Amino acid sequence: MSLFLLNLLLAIAWGALTGKFEPLNLLFGFLLAFAILWVGFRGRSQENYFTRVPRVVELALYFAVDIFKANLRLAGIILSPRMNLRPAVVAVPLEVRTEAGLILLMNLITLTPGTLSLDVSSDRRVLFVHTVYLEDPQQFISSVKEGYERRVMRIVEP
Amino acid sequence: MAQTILVLTLMLIGAFLMALAGLGILRMPDTFLRMSATAKAGTLGAGLILLGAAVYFNEFAIYTRAAAIIVFLLITAPVAAHMIGRAAYFDGVPLWKGTIQDDLHGHYRRSTHTLESGEVPAQDQVEALSESDDFPEEE
Repeated sequence: MSLFLLNLLLAIAWGALTGKFEPLNLLFGFLLAFAILWVGFRGRSQENYFTRVPRVVELALYFAVDIFKANLRLAGIILSPRMNLRPAVVAVPLEVRTEAGLILLMNLITLTPGTLSLDVSSDRRVLFVHTVYLEDPQQFISSVKEGYERRVMRIVEP
Repeated sequence: MAQTILVLTLMLIGAFLMALAGLGILRMPDTFLRMSATAKAGTLGAGLILLGAAVYFNEFAIYTRAAAIIVFLLITAPVAAHMIGRAAYFDGVPLWKGTIQDDLHGHYRRSTHTLESGEVPAQDQVEALSESDDFPEEE
């Protein structure tokens, strides 16, 4: 976390030095500061900040693609005259244990069109997901676990 | 010119997604499916329209504001959807009759309002109300 703040601070310093607080310039400053911090701190800090940042970017890209695909599918369902629905509530066993990871995972699932995270069991072992179109429960569970849970865990609880 | 086209595309896709969400509310057969149609089509639609507005003004201050609004939408909308979904299921709102699988059945304990990972004793389960509750029968 402190490395992230330092990274932000250096990006702002870059903006101040070049005199341009424009989004692109600040992004460039952030990347530059990231590279500098990597040279200086790699291997020395306990936090694995340098592997985490690319993973966050990777999750964001994967999520964007998934939202796009799911939106198309949901649009197809809503617009077709005979709505082709196979709704189901599926219990997904969880491996995430921290609260931050759980919140992130539930928000990602709900934001993906067509799926809705209804509730987590009180002992945090099972997540109940409502989906609009279920083909195969086993395949659905593994797509949630492989697609999102693994990526979230690698970011939140390395 | 390129900017105008970008603004138009973003706004049109955003408006289309929101129209789709509205249509989804009308056409979907039960509460949970309706929320599936609105919670995110609405968020993404609103996000794209905000982005379009930011590109139109093309000022840093507007970009930051649009980004802040989008982030808050993305954080809060799923929480609201989760609470509504939980309350609906707990209150016995029936799932659509075409629902092919309901793993949540028999996992809510009515006396403590907790959700157990194992099966709850039958007398303490939450019961779904009958389908013909308030609404006229579908044709």
